[in-house]
Amino acid sequence: MSDLSQDPKGFIARFRALPTDSIPKTVFVAVTLCLFCSMIVSIAAVSLRPVQNANKLLDKQKNILQVAGLYEDGMNIAQAFSAFEPRVVELATGTYTDQFDAATFDDIAAASDPALSVPLTDDPAGIGRQSKYATVYLLNDASGALDKVILPIYGYGLWSTLYGFIALEENGNDVYGLQFYEHAETPGLGGEVDNPRWKSQWKGKMLRDPSGDLKITVAKGGAPTGQEAYHVDALAGATLTSRGVDNLVRFWMGAQGFEPYITNLQNGAL
Amino acid sequence: MAQTTKDLLVDPLVDNNPITLQVLGICSALAVTSSLQVALVMALAVTSVTALSSFFISLLRNAIPSSIRIIVQMVIIASLVILVDQVLKAYAFGISKTLSVFVGLIITNCIVMGRAEAFAMKNPPVASFIDGVGNGLGYGLILLLVGTIRELFGAGSLFGVTILQTVNDGGWYVPNGLLLLPPSAFFVIGLLIWAFRSWKPAQVEKREYKIQTAEAH
Repeated sequence: MSDLSQDPKGFIARFRALPTDSIPKTVFVAVTLCLFCSMIVSIAAVSLRPVQNANKLLDKQKNILQVAGLYEDGMNIAQAFSAFEPRVVELATGTYTDQFDAATFDDIAAASDPALSVPLTDDPAGIGRQSKYATVYLLNDASGALDKVILPIYGYGLWSTLYGFIALEENGNDVYGLQFYEHAETPGLGGEVDNPRWKSQWKGKMLRDPSGDLKITVAKGGAPTGQEAYHVDALAGATLTSRGVDNLVRFWMGAQGFEPYITNLQNGAL
Repeated sequence: MAQTTKDLLVDPLVDNNPITLQVLGICSALAVTSSLQVALVMALAVTSVTALSSFFISLLRNAIPSSIRIIVQMVIIASLVILVDQVLKAYAFGISKTLSVFVGLIITNCIVMGRAEAFAMKNPPVASFIDGVGNGLGYGLILLLVGTIRELFGAGSLFGVTILQTVNDGGWYVPNGLLLLPPSAFFVIGLLIWAFRSWKPAQVEKREYKIQTAEAH
């Protein structure tokens, strides 16, 4: 190795002559590699985002079809989805609003927009801020009468926020189905919220008893006598995920959620 | 190293299999083998990450300072894993949802780091690439074997196509639910290791201790 202080060559040549393990070269390799890798990763993330978003939208539509019991393998999702009429609901009043385009309104983005959302003090679903508006999907039967209404619900489970839909019959009280389209709960335990057998329990359950009390619950053990119509069995080995589902369903079906809208629906006020 | 390309590719399949001989990458092998389709995608993902990371690490092997070599390897591996994850999300959305965190966890798969450290740091890029492909395929082979057993006897199907009509669908086959749970993969992999080592006794490890006879005292 030549004596660096007397080396007449330029800076770059001197740098190149340094041993691989010297501090300047170590720093140089680390910085260059990090810059290069972060560039590659960002380019991939940005350039693939449109395709990923299209997939997400298609997946959401597929889930709406599934929760309404209309999905078949290999069907044209976008075409089948056109049977639904999306509407934006103002949660506080429970009425439709036309100030947004329902086809493109993004509930999740609205929840973090200060102008469109409110911070929650009573927050059992663990969502922090709640959008003042939500997109619901109406499905009419052949005669044009309301058949089902699909409501978006979300809330915190064990590790992640679960995003999903609940489908109600036209009376606004009978559950037709419940389905989550995005979550990161433990596969095999909390992830079993996707299990068809567990989901099938929701069909035919009722939200409220005849006196109007919100009774629907997800709980461990069998249903207490007389409460079978409001009881969904918790997932085995997933106490906290089940509690999260219980909280978020009760939150969104309650007064802070869709209760005003459902009441309007039942009274024919819409 | 006088290994031929064929050796590099074939050796890790049986004789030097990363799962059955080196017992690496078990965690993900438990998690992703309950259905064949998922196992296949995972095998392809691991193969491409192992091959490409070995290639790039080998390219840089003379420039990587030894004091930060593990971190450099991790950065390269992690970037490749993110790439694979992004591509899956864009072009195989359904499968990427099933694989969820396990794609990200390829970063921690010992096979990838193991090949980088044991082979790519000392060998030229093309040989390292082939070594990575070979080891990925060795991992994939076990994944597919385990996946076949678990899906066939756990759900009565292969690649989602019904082979044994289950009782729930009106058939005769009572599926073994245990096979769909992660612990069953332990049993299957254990039996595979036993089978491999009975077939190739050279793989049997020497005991680390020997029980002494009474006379020796």
